Amino acid sequence: MPKPAKAQAPQPENPQQLILDGAVVNNEWHLIPSDESAADLSAATLASGRLMLPLAVWQELRGELTDRKSEIGVWLDSDETADLLGEAACELPLIAVHFPAFADGRGFTTGRLLRERYGFAGELRAIGNFMRDQLSYLSRCGFNAFAYQGDQSLEELLKSLRDFSQSYQAAVDQPEPLFRRRGLA
Amino acid sequence: MYRYDDRDRTIISERVAQFRDQTARYLAGELSEEEFLPLRLQNGLYIQRLAPMLRVAIPYGLLNSAQLRRLARISRDYDKGYAHFTTRQNLQFNWPQLEDVPAILAELAEVEMHAVQTSGNCIRNTTSDPYAGVARDEIADPRPYCELIRQWSTFHPEFAFLPRKFKIAVNGAQADRAAIRVHDIGVQIVEQDGEIGFAIYVGGGQGRTPVIAERIREFLPEEDLLSYLEAIVRVYNQLGRRDNKYKARIKILVKALGAEEFAARVEREWEQIRDGVDRLTPEALTWAKSFFTAPEYKVLDSTDSDAALAAEASEDKAFARWLERNTFRHRVPGYRAVKLSTKPTGVPPGDVTDRQLEAIADLADEFSFGEARITHDQNAVLADVEQGNLKALWQAARKHGFATPNIGTLTDMICCPGGDYCSLANAKSIPVAEAIQRRFDDMDYLYDLGDLNLNISGCMNACGHHHVGHIGILGVDKKGEEFYQIQLGGSSSESASLAKVLGPSFSRAEVPDVIGRILDLYVELRHPDELFVDTYHRIGLQPFKEKVYAKAS
Ligand code: HEM
Ligand code: SF4
Repeated sequence: MPKPAKAQAPQPENPQQLILDGAVVNNEWHLIPSDESAADLSAATLASGRLMLPLAVWQELRGELTDRKSEIGVWLDSDETADLLGEAACELPLIAVHFPAFADGRGFTTGRLLRERYGFAGELRAIGNFMRDQLSYLSRCGFNAFAYQGDQSLEELLKSLRDFSQSYQAAVDQPEPLFRRRGLA
Repeated sequence: MYRYDDRDRTIISERVAQFRDQTARYLAGELSEEEFLPLRLQNGLYIQRLAPMLRVAIPYGLLNSAQLRRLARISRDYDKGYAHFTTRQNLQFNWPQLEDVPAILAELAEVEMHAVQTSGNCIRNTTSDPYAGVARDEIADPRPYCELIRQWSTFHPEFAFLPRKFKIAVNGAQADRAAIRVHDIGVQIVEQDGEIGFAIYVGGGQGRTPVIAERIREFLPEEDLLSYLEAIVRVYNQLGRRDNKYKARIKILVKALGAEEFAARVEREWEQIRDGVDRLTPEALTWAKSFFTAPEYKVLDSTDSDAALAAEASEDKAFARWLERNTFRHRVPGYRAVKLSTKPTGVPPGDVTDRQLEAIADLADEFSFGEARITHDQNAVLADVEQGNLKALWQAARKHGFATPNIGTLTDMICCPGGDYCSLANAKSIPVAEAIQRRFDDMDYLYDLGDLNLNISGCMNACGHHHVGHIGILGVDKKGEEFYQIQLGGSSSESASLAKVLGPSFSRAEVPDVIGRILDLYVELRHPDELFVDTYHRIGLQPFKEKVYAKAS
C-alpha cells in the first residue's frame, strides 16, 4: 500500500504545556522530528536532556544510549504499530503516539496495545492533531498525557476528560466489560 | 425487548449532555466546521442539500409503541410531520433545526433511544432479520447477539475513528433476510453438534465498489463473538487505507490482502485476546437472551385457526391478496407476522407521517404485544398477530394507508432519497419509483410476476441497493442530464450476487418501458414457478439485452 514519504509527513508540534495525569504541567520533553534531519543524528550529536525520538532513530541508536534510558522516549507515527516496540516498550519512560489528523484513529489501537499487551506503564502521550472531544476515548485507551496543539485552553480541555462516568467495554481504564459488572448472578 | 438499566441510562444521558455542549461550542464559533463534522456525524446529524438530517438508531429495527409515539411527536414538533425508514432499519428526520438536535436527543433518551453512531466512520447500528424470534426457519434468535454487539460497539474507545464507516448484520435463520453478505461483517448463526455459534463473513459492501463478503470462519463458538469482532475491527483499524476514502472500507483491505491472509491476521490477533475479559460469560448470554423471550401467546389450534382464516379470505378477494403478500408464516400455530407496506403509489418509499407512526403504535398495542420492527426494505412489521385478528388489523391498516398488498412485488421497491433531497445525486430516484408504480398498477400482473426486488439509487453510492436488486436502477449523469442505467440479477439473500449492467443508459421517460420489455421477456421464457431472478440466472443477460436494445423495425 502506498505510504507518503516520511519526509513529507506532517510533524507533530511540541507545545510548552500539556495535560499530564489530569493536571496542566510544563512540557519537559524535547521532540526530535522524523524529517530528513533525522538521518544525520548520532548518539554523540544528540542533544542532552529528555528526548522523544522517532522510532527509526531510536531503533538505530538504542544500543548506544543505554546510559540515558531514563531520558530517552520514543514517538510513533500513526502507521507505526505497537508491536514494532513490543516488549521493549517497558524499558521506556515515555511513548508518544502521533495523530497526524484527528480522523486517523490508528493511535487508539496503538495506545491500548502498548498498555494491555506490552505492559507499558510509563507516560503515554498523545501528540499531533487530536481534538478535545477525543480525550475521553484517548484516556480509555491508556493515554495519560495530551500535548494538545489546538486553539482551546488546557483548562477547558480537562472538562472533556470527564464526559463519561460509565462505559460498556473493557479498556485500559476499566478491566471488565459492563456485562461482567452488572451483577448478573 | 432490551430495557435500559441505570448504567445504560447514564451512558446515554451523558452523551446527550456532551453533544449539547459540543453544539453550543460550535454555534459560539469555538469549534470549527471541520472539528464539529465527525462529532455531529457520530450523533447521526448530516447536513443535507436543503436542511440537516437526523438519523435515529433503531437497534436491529425493534421498537415499542411508546418509542413510536415519541418519534411521531418529534416529527411533529421539530420536523414537518413525517419521517423516513431507512434500509438499515433506522429512522430519519429530514428537516430538524441544528439548534434543536440536543433537545431531540434528550427526548429520544427518555424512551431509551439515541442517534449514536448512525453515521461517521465508526461501528453503525447492527441490523438483523425483521422476523427474528418468529420465523419458522430460525436457528436461533439473533437479537440477543445484536444487543451484545450494540453495547460492545457503543462508544468503543478504540474504534470511533475507523478508516470508514463499519456495518454489522446478524442473521439467525436459514434464509438470509439481513443482507449479511453486503455488510462489512456478516454474522450468520449456525448450529454444529448441538452448539450454537457463528459463521463470520467480512468485506461485503455496496457503494461504488460493490463486493460480496467472504466467509473467514465457519464456526465461531457463541462465547467468542465479541472478542472475534474486536480482532477483526482492530486489524482493520490498523491496516485499512486512510489515504483515499473510496478505498477505505474493509472490503478493499480484504481484497488487497486476500481473504485467507486477512483471516490469518484476524486469527492471530484473536489468539491473543480470546481468553480475555470479552469472552461472553454464561450469565451474560442468559441475561441477553432474557430480554427476547416469547410473549404470552395463546394456545391456538392451528387447523381451526387456519380454516377460519381461509373462510374469511374466501369471502373477500382484497383481504385474500393482502394475506398472501403481506403476511408471513409464524412459528407459533395460529399466529402470523404482518408487513405494513409504506409503498403505496406516489409516496416516497419508506416515508411515514406522524399519524402513521402513531397508527403503527396503536396497531402494535392492539394486535402485537406493543412492539414493531422496521425492515431493510423500508416497511414495518408487526411480528405477533393472532390470525383471528388479521381481518381487523387489515381494515385498520387500510385506513392508515399501510395495506397496499404489494410486499415483495415489483412495486415494493427500495429507493434512495435521490436528487430531490441528496446533494450527491446524479439523478432523481423518487419520480422513477413513482413512474414504475403507476405503469405497473395491475395487481394481478404483479402477483403473476411474483417475488421481484427492484432497487433504485440516484448515484453510485448505492444507498438504494441497486447492486443487489433483481432489477437495479442507477442514476447517472450524461453530459449534465439525468440518465438511468439498468442492471439485472442482483440479490442480497443467502445466494447473494451483484447485478450486471444491461447496456447504455436511458432517459427517465424511457425507464418504465424498458422495465416492461424486461418483464415481457421473463414472462415469455420462464419455467413454471420460476422467479425472475432464477430465470435470469438460467438464461443470462444476453437475451434481455437483445430484447431491450432491439431496433424497432
Ligand atoms: C439523503 C442523503 C444521503 C446521503 C448524502 C448519503 C450518502 C451516502 C454515501 C456517500 C454512501 C457511500 C458510502 C461508501 O461507499 O462508503 C452511502 C451509502 C449507503 N447509504 Fe446513504 N446517503 C443518504 C441517504 C441514505 C438513505 C436515506 C438511506 C436509506 C434508505 C441510505 C442508505 C445507505 C446504504 C444502505 C448505503 C450502502 C452502504 C454500503 O456501502 O454498504 N442513505 N450513502
Ligand atoms: S444513492 Fe446517491 S443519490 Fe441516493 S441518497 Fe445515496 S448518495 Fe444520495
